[in-house]
Amino acid sequence: MTKPQRLVTNRSDTAPPASVSLFATCLVDQFAPDVGESVVSVLESQGIRVDFPTDQTCCGQPAFNSGFRTDARDVATRFVELFEQTDGDIACPSGSCAAMVRNYYPVLFRDDPELRARAEAVARRVYEFTEYLVDVLGIDSTESSFVASATYHQCCHLLRELHVDEQPNLLLSSVSGLHMVELNRADVCCGFGGAFSVKMSDISTAMLEEKLANIESSGARIVIAGDTGCIMHMQGGLRRKGSDVQVVHIAEVLAGSVKP
Amino acid sequence: MAIQTKEFREAARRALEDSRLQVAHEVVYDGFHQRRLSAAGDTQNWEDERTRGKAIKDHTIANLDYYLGKLADNVETHGGNAYFAADVHEANEYVRSVARRHEAKTVIKSKSMVSEEMGLNHVLEADGLEVVETDLGEYIIQLAHEPPYHIIAPAVHKTRTQVADLLSDDGEDLSGEDAESLTRRAREQLRSVFRRADMSITGVNFAVAETGSIVLVTNEGNGRMATTVPRVHVAVMGMEKVIPSVADLGTMLRILIRSATGQRISAYVTMVNGPRLQEDADGPEEFHLVIVNNGRDRLLRDESMRESLNCIRCGACMNACPVYRKVGGHAYGWVYPGPIGAVVSPVLTGLKDGVDLPNASTLCGACHEACPVKINIPRMLLELRAKAVEGDFDEGGSTAGAREKLTWKIWRWGMSGRRRYGVLSKIGRVALMPLSRRGWLKRAPGPLSGWTASRDFPLPTRSSLAKRLRKRNKRAGTKRNNRVG
Repeated sequence: MTKPQRLVTNRSDTAPPASVSLFATCLVDQFAPDVGESVVSVLESQGIRVDFPTDQTCCGQPAFNSGFRTDARDVATRFVELFEQTDGDIACPSGSCAAMVRNYYPVLFRDDPELRARAEAVARRVYEFTEYLVDVLGIDSTESSFVASATYHQCCHLLRELHVDEQPNLLLSSVSGLHMVELNRADVCCGFGGAFSVKMSDISTAMLEEKLANIESSGARIVIAGDTGCIMHMQGGLRRKGSDVQVVHIAEVLAGSVKP
Repeated sequence: MAIQTKEFREAARRALEDSRLQVAHEVVYDGFHQRRLSAAGDTQNWEDERTRGKAIKDHTIANLDYYLGKLADNVETHGGNAYFAADVHEANEYVRSVARRHEAKTVIKSKSMVSEEMGLNHVLEADGLEVVETDLGEYIIQLAHEPPYHIIAPAVHKTRTQVADLLSDDGEDLSGEDAESLTRRAREQLRSVFRRADMSITGVNFAVAETGSIVLVTNEGNGRMATTVPRVHVAVMGMEKVIPSVADLGTMLRILIRSATGQRISAYVTMVNGPRLQEDADGPEEFHLVIVNNGRDRLLRDESMRESLNCIRCGACMNACPVYRKVGGHAYGWVYPGPIGAVVSPVLTGLKDGVDLPNASTLCGACHEACPVKINIPRMLLELRAKAVEGDFDEGGSTAGAREKLTWKIWRWGMSGRRRYGVLSKIGRVALMPLSRRGWLKRAPGPLSGWTASRDFPLPTRSSLAKRLRKRNKRAGTKRNNRVG
């Protein structure tokens, strides 16, 4: 493998030395670069320098979840090798991908103790974006402003794999102008599930219908969530219905990069 | 019971289109699931209870041979008979032989999921016996000739009107009767069966090794009647139902009952220590405990699947599951529906035919969160997906087709280098672009068509995050592509 290239974002030469590596995820990179940029903006506004290892691709979750562990292992090994060459914490704007590294790399590499130990060493440095802000940086407000009525969908892996529950709420409650309304069954899956949404399309759709009905009855014009896969799924469903409700990533709200 | 795991997709589709079933599924969620949450909330510390429950089960399963041996010894000390059945055939033959020896004519049953695995009712009926389920839900589905829809609420999918039709014996119209009077009617019908029954078959919620007792948890009293009235009592249990001691029972009952029905305690908790003793006022003359393996050793031997034997059959995972709530209990095609069914059915009945079950999950984790003994069901669903692809689990071979295998090979190639990744994403974008409008697709080819059946699909971006950050840095006037190392 070639030496990793890293893109160091740094708005001023006097920025403090604190830095974090960004594990952007392939979905953000390919479908939602705005989310990635928002993450960078928020972190920089907190005085954190962001390193982006530009060689990154995917953590291996899609193949792992489909049962193709040999293929997943190759890609995950590459991830480990790449992020081993970074220092400090690794922030990721996805509960699902962070959970893959933290909770499932030990499973994926269980027959290779050496690689498993290396994977676990990397995994210990991985934090989901809001978790990183609140638990690592100790931030309870990003001093953002976003004038809208919105609701929050609790993405499954963020909530139940990483147990990140309070952190997003804490950050959102500090956003000035933001009026949060309750979403019935906010913690129930939207039906995405990666390949499930394609392979078991009719079941996935029925689950999405329930989610969209709850979104509609919340009255919110904006749905905030923490995982790009779920966001694409809900947004795709809303668009198909002709709804103009917007589904956005929490980083975009905190960065003030969406226009309500 | 007939294995129909292969028909999952078709059965799921039928359930999705059945609006009456969809209403019943909401009852499962709003009723059982919400009641469980509030019942869990009134323990001193629910998480501690779960941790204790898990520790008890982990310990027992790790020492299963020891505790089963102890259980069997103590059952026999009390004058009962313990029989180990390797499979359902052996289990059925044993029960048949007991029935024959006693020339039994009428058998009453208290709820038992293992007896569903065995297809025991049909076996005994083929011998000319009258077999009647006495749990109200089981009775209803027996009348309807259906398998259970849910392990705690077997007839939860039946409407009041459907139940009225089933309970009406001579064409009498009961459709005007409310649930209470229908229950009374069922009770009357069952009471006469209880009187003439000469043998009973019950399940086992827990079997206590230390004392050789079996424990039944019911709300209708039918379990207690079944264990006291007939001359012969046969209890059937899956071999994972043993627990070490009475001291463990407190924890196990606390978590089972709260998780199953949201009650603090069920109306009846019955402990049976074997046949009646001389000084006893009632109880059977003979007691048999049939301990069934039926493939559970495959779960036990496989370290990655062993945890599934911790299951205490409370049903909390299916109540919490958003997939169960859409496809219902019959879609899973065998005895155990929902998340735990998706784990154990493929192992006990064949992964090749049952491969859709572990794949019918978003891995949302609601089951893991709900499980009173913390079984990590999503992890085991993933294990089964891998076993299915690798094809070395049972004789089935890999379930993955050549096209799927190729797709993942291409994916792996594409994810193994940033340049290749860029090439792959460009190909994807170029291929999808003509089908898109303003960055979204209404219809997509190939596997993506499953998505676009009901959802718009976003066109991959022209400018990846990596490109954008490069531009952004340029604007900010910082150095780009810093080499580190």
